[in-house]
This record gives sequence, structure tokens and C-alpha cells, in this order.
Amino acid sequence: MLKIDDIHVYRGRTYVLQGVSLEVGRREIVALIGANGAGKTTLLRTISGLLRPKKGKILFQPDSQSQEIDISGASPEQIVQLGISHCPEGRGIFSRLSVLENLMIGAYLRKNRNEILDDYNSICRVFPILKEREDQAAGSLSGGEQEMLAIGRALMSRPELLILDEPSLGLGPIVVESLFQVLSEINSRGVTILLVEQNAIMALDLAHRAYVLETGRVVLYGTSGELAGNEDVQKAYLGGIV
Amino acid sequence: MIMTRNRLIHCALFIAGIAFTASAGMALNEYVLSIINFAGIFIILAISLNITNGFTGLFSLGHPGFMAIGGYVTAILTFPVSKKAMFLEVPPWLASMEMPFLPALLIGGACAALTAILVGVPVLRLRGHYLAVATMGFLIIVQVLITNWETVTRGPLGLNGLQPLTHLWWVYAWVVITVYVSWKIKFSSYGRSMLAIREDELAAQCLGINLFRTRVAALAIGAFFAGIAGGLWAHLVTAITPASFSLVLAFNIVVMVVVGGTGSITGSFAAAILFSVITEIFRPLEENFDIYGIGEILMALILILILIYRPSGIFGNKEPGVLSPPNKKGGCL
Amino acid sequence: MSGGYIAQQIVNGLVLGSMYALVAIGFSMIYGIIRLINFAHGDIVMIGAFVTLGLFQTLGIPFPVVALAVLTAGGIIGIMIERGTFRPIRGAPQVTGFIASLGISIMLQNLGVMFLTAQPRNFSFPDYLQRVIKIGAVTFRTIDAVIMISAFCLMALLMFLVHRTKLGMAMRATAENIDMARLMGININRTILSAFAMGSALAGIAGLMWGGKFGQIDPLLGFVPGLKSFVAAVIGGVGSIPGAILGGYILGLSEVLFVGLLPPVYSAFRDAFVFVTLILILLILPNGIFGKRIEDRP
Repeated sequence: MLKIDDIHVYRGRTYVLQGVSLEVGRREIVALIGANGAGKTTLLRTISGLLRPKKGKILFQPDSQSQEIDISGASPEQIVQLGISHCPEGRGIFSRLSVLENLMIGAYLRKNRNEILDDYNSICRVFPILKEREDQAAGSLSGGEQEMLAIGRALMSRPELLILDEPSLGLGPIVVESLFQVLSEINSRGVTILLVEQNAIMALDLAHRAYVLETGRVVLYGTSGELAGNEDVQKAYLGGIV
Repeated sequence: MIMTRNRLIHCALFIAGIAFTASAGMALNEYVLSIINFAGIFIILAISLNITNGFTGLFSLGHPGFMAIGGYVTAILTFPVSKKAMFLEVPPWLASMEMPFLPALLIGGACAALTAILVGVPVLRLRGHYLAVATMGFLIIVQVLITNWETVTRGPLGLNGLQPLTHLWWVYAWVVITVYVSWKIKFSSYGRSMLAIREDELAAQCLGINLFRTRVAALAIGAFFAGIAGGLWAHLVTAITPASFSLVLAFNIVVMVVVGGTGSITGSFAAAILFSVITEIFRPLEENFDIYGIGEILMALILILILIYRPSGIFGNKEPGVLSPPNKKGGCL
Repeated sequence: MSGGYIAQQIVNGLVLGSMYALVAIGFSMIYGIIRLINFAHGDIVMIGAFVTLGLFQTLGIPFPVVALAVLTAGGIIGIMIERGTFRPIRGAPQVTGFIASLGISIMLQNLGVMFLTAQPRNFSFPDYLQRVIKIGAVTFRTIDAVIMISAFCLMALLMFLVHRTKLGMAMRATAENIDMARLMGININRTILSAFAMGSALAGIAGLMWGGKFGQIDPLLGFVPGLKSFVAAVIGGVGSIPGAILGGYILGLSEVLFVGLLPPVYSAFRDAFVFVTLILILLILPNGIFGKRIEDRP
């Protein structure tokens, strides 16, 4: 559903993405792994329209019947409208807005109030704590709760493709465990996921396929099993433990 | 031997300047002369604000405040004893004093610099536009104080009938001094500390630059020359009123610095001349067609366009190649 | 100094404070959303006053219609300022925004001088607004009551807009994190424009009130109240709307009491007093009363 074809992206004068191509199929979970500074976040920000590629195409097919659209020049608003929801690094929740408002702002572009309410209720079933805290300022939540809020908010736009940047950042192992469980549940309901993750073991565990990014280029890709078995990947990202 | 070539160019400019001043003094009529004098004062103002604003990045709108202090101090010191007795109520030691122009100017400048230090110590802890607002507050406070201290300043009436001491040589001697000092500062280690502060305070601090002292010094040096310019101004128009030192004047000086290029001495110099010429072109237009304000509107428009399309000004922070000292990459900071 | 005298001063302070608060809200809204000070904000007060003069006195349009027109005119000027200057320089250093808006301010003032001349003009409201009301020891005119009540209603309306509507939610989200707001699908250009429009509409109506209260207007009239309202916004904490309202009333009251309670010699120093306060607050309490931490975007 998402096809990235040889994109080149600069940030200021730095040449960050030097020709990246990748593909995400419908209902897949695809993981992006790589060291700091490899360009993972830049890639995600380019997909969601916050950055513009100098060269290259980003083709997106909202649903299996529709045409592929080149979204490389579109604004973030248009991209959200098409069904891509980006949950950035550091969560980016609006800490002065209430939990409820944060969720509702996730559905900013949607009109049908009943559908929005349905989604709200189903998100509250997945993350009951959000229902409990709905009137609280989002800034008062704990790190794990904020991550849940961020994911819940991203789901409120009813996306076809959910982009997650380092969801496990700063969270304890037990919270991460349950978080990844939720992600796989979300995926089984039909949401495609593109995931950037430092925790490569867990990422490969969850994802169907993965890409390894190094200094702005894809150096390796394959199914999670293949990559987990690859010696270089083991050495560089899995700490040598298998 | 680029160094010598550079020296030669500077000397040639200096001699050309003297020749220009001498011939201008003889050949031109009063009106043109006064324009050239005002242009000189604006050059001093723009370049001195550039030391504060351009080199160190302290955005100050208080320049006319320092100018007013220098102007009033100079004017009171040179005011004839007979007139002092008539118009002012000042302490006897001051009432009986009538100073020559140069020491009066220097004291005026020193008072402005001293005020800058006193004001700067608390206020320079602020950053960015808060500093701009605080210095504007300072300007308004100075205006209010001068307006209300009637025994010494005669309030809103101001002092008039000052001796016409300022002439071409005075103005352009000070222009040369201002250019020389700011040039020396810019191409010294001190100037580089200032620039480092402008670019990145934290990094500058890590290099061992005393942030606070450098900032205060930059404000005080700028204020000194503003004070001198105030003194020259007062004795050129032979009157001084609080209303002259308004926010509009502050704005005009800022426009010169921004248009010329924040940090560029040549830029401020050129922009000050340009500004004086434009004002003189528009003055008759405003008076004859009764469209007061058109000159100021044009200035504001130029400023906004420059900020949008060329935010670093005409010269950036550089000096043209032939003038700047030879060294690393074009010889500019 | 009787209790009645003090009560009278407090009423005067509240009237002045209402106007400062209305103008300060705009400073805070705009700062809150783009972290830039719109220095030309005070001059919208002047435009509001002249629009009132033109429509009401010259054309004789009924008062409530004039009030609506003034709100609209203020909003339109705000939109023009945003489109013409703030949008092209968005992302530039704060000082750039400050000088640019100072440029607009000078331009608006001089356009005023050019087209309307610098002569002050008399500004008179119909008799029913000039009637003197006496309650106990306190006397005031109908216009004073109108100013206080309508300022209160407008502020309540604004708080409702900001906290209870979708647009308000989008504005608060944009103020907190522009990139994140875009990822939610919020059109930030529209949100920023709305903040300018709302803030400037309030400044416009403050101009109507200013004229009604002081009876004379000229093209430079917006400058000092604009500056003082900025001080009010700083007192409350720039970026916070409740802060701006509180700051407006605090400044209005303290300015009136400064003049009313101290010997008359000092009243000439009232502007100096306001700016000394400003500098002290910036130094001692830089985030104001309701201030959130000021994030610098250098």
C-alpha cells in the first residue's frame, strides 16, 4: 500500500536520506531498524509530509480499490486525510489539553460524530486507563499512559497506515511488553503498521518484515526471521545474543 | 603583500575623506552642508548601534535614550553662564561652568556609557525581544524624566539658543573615530567574542568568554558614541528637546542597521547616507503636497521587504573585499 | 482620603483595566501561537477608534451595528498583518518578528497621519451613553458601565471559543506544538489566522471604548495603550489568556491608584512607572503570574 521509490531528503544542508526505497504491504507490520542518525525519523517525517523530498516518489494506495497517489508533495493535513497517522518520537501529546481533548483532536478531520464516538469507546476498551483519566491534563499522565494516549490519538483518525516512532522509548519492560501486544492486536484488526524501534529484538519479534537503515541508505531487508538470523544484524543490533 | 595594499586603500579613503570634507566646507551652501552633517551624525549612530546590535546581537531600542543623555549633558555644560542664570536652576558649581566643546562632548559620551552600564547590568540578563521591549521601556523612562526635570532641562520646551559649535570637521572627525574603533573591535579577539555571543551563547561561554561583561561592554561602547552623536546633534540644530529622541528615531537607526546588514560597518555607513538622502528627498514632497508621513511609510516598507526577502541586509555581516583585512576566506568575520 | 474616593478610583481602574485586558488578550493569543510579539497590535486600537468615528458620527449608523463593524474591521486588519508580514517571516528569529511588526506599527501610524492628519478629533457618543450615574459616593457615565460589561461579555465569549469549540481546541494544540498539530490534520495557517483575527477584533473594539472614554482620538493614540497592554500581558504571563485579563485589570487599577493616591506631582511619571514595572517584572518574574515556562525559539 506504501511504496517509497528512491527518495532523497535534506535537513538544512545535511544530506540525510540518500536514496531510500521500501515497500509496506497491506495489513503488514514492517519494522525499520538502524543506529541513531541513520535517518529513520527523517524517513517517517517525510512520509507524513513534515519534510519534503528533493527527489523521489512516495506512492500511497488508501484502499485496495483506489489508485496509487504520489504524496511526496502533499501537506500533512492531506496525508492524514488519506489515512496515514503518524505517532512521533517523544509522543507529542498536547500536555495542556485534557486526555479526552487529545483523543478528539486525533479525529480532527472526521465529521461523523457517531463513528468518532464508536472509535473512542473501542480505544477506551483497549486502554481503560484513558477513560478513567479523560478529564485530566494529558501532561499529568505517566510515560506509559502518554504512549497509550499517543497511540489512541493516532487511531482516532481511523488510519489505514499507522506510523510509530520509537513507541518503547523510556518505558519499562513490562509496559513495553503489553504495548507490543496491543500493537499486534491493532494490526490484526486490519491496520497496517510501520514501526521504528531501537529495541530490535522486540521489533523483529512483532514485525513481519524489516528494513535496516544505515547512514541514509537501506542496507538490508527481508522477513523478520531472515534478519534475526543474519550475523551482521545480530552483531550490530541484537547484541550478539540469539 | 595584500596587507600593504589594504593599508593603502584605507589611507587613500582617509585622505579622500579629508579632501571631501575640506572642499565640501568651502564649496557647498548651508543647506547641503547641514544634510552632510546630519548624514555624518546618522553614520555615527548607525555604526555605534551596530556594535551593540550587529556584533553582539543585543537588540536595543534604547539608542536615542543614550543620545538624549549625551546631548543634554553636553548642552548644559556648554550653555553660556549668563543663559544658565536666566533659564536653569542648577547647583552653583554647574551654573558657573562653561566648558569648551570637546571635553563637554566627552563627558556627555561618558555619562551615556555610564548609564548604559547601570541599566545594562540588570537588563542585559534578558534575551531576544524581551530585551528589545525593556530597552524601549528605558527610552520612554528617559523621555519622561527629561520632560519632567524642568529645573535642569526646561521640560518639554527643551534648551534652545545653544552655540552652533558643530561643524563638518567635528562631525567627520567623530565619524572617523567611530569607524576606526568599531573596525578595530570587529577584527580583534574581542570582536570575535562578541560575534561568538551573537551566534551561540552557550558555546561562547564554554570558550571562556565572559558573557555578561562582553554584553555590557558592547552596550556601553555603543552608548558612548550615541552620547557623542547626541552632543553633536544638539549643537548642530542649536536646540534640544525631549521629543527629538523618540521611538521613531530608534526605529530609523534600527532600519539603517538592518538594511545595511547587521554586523557590517560598511553596510551601516552606506545605509545611513542612503537614509539621509531619502529623507531629504521626501521632506519637500511632504511639505508641498501635504502628505506628511510618506517618508516614514517608505522606510517601514523597505524594512519589511528586506526582512522578508533578504534578512541579512545588503552587506550581510561582511565588509566588501577590498576593505577587509586579508586572511581566511575573504577576510570577513 | 475617604472610602468613597477609593471606591471611585477602583471603578476608574476597572474601566481602564477592561480596555487594557481586551488589548492584552490579543498580544497573548498571538504570542502563544507563534511566539512572536505583534507590536502593531496597539495601532489596531487606533483603527478601531477611527472606524467608529467614521461610521457612527459621520454616517450615523446605529451604535450596535457600529460595534459589530468595528470588531470585523479589527479582525480584517489582523488578518492582513498576518498574511502580509508574519506569514512570510514565520520561523525567523523572534527579534525579526519584533522589528517587522514595529515597522507595521510605524506604517499604520503614518498612514493615519497622512490620510487623517495628526489633528486630534472630538469623539462624542450619544447622550444616553454619556448620562452620569451615581451609586453612593461613586459616579460614572453609562459608557463606563457599557465598557465594563461588554468587555466582560467579550472575554467570556472568547474563553468559550477557545475552550469549548473545535477551532479553539485546534488553536490550543497549535500553540503547544505546531508540528504535532499538523500531524493531526489541523490547518495551522487557518488556526494562526484565527488567532490574529480574534485578538485584533478585540483590540478594535477597545478602540471604540477608548474613544468613548477619553473623547478625543488621533492617529498616534494606539501607541501608548498598546505598549501598556503589552506590559499587562507580561504581568499575567505572555501566552496565557487568563493571565492577560488579570494583567490588564492589575495594570489598570495600579495605574489609576498610582495617580490617584500619590501627590499630584507624581502623576506626570505614570508612564515611567508603567515601564519600570515592566522591567522589574521581566527581571523578577519573567514568566508572569500565570506564565508557563517561556520557550525561547531564538
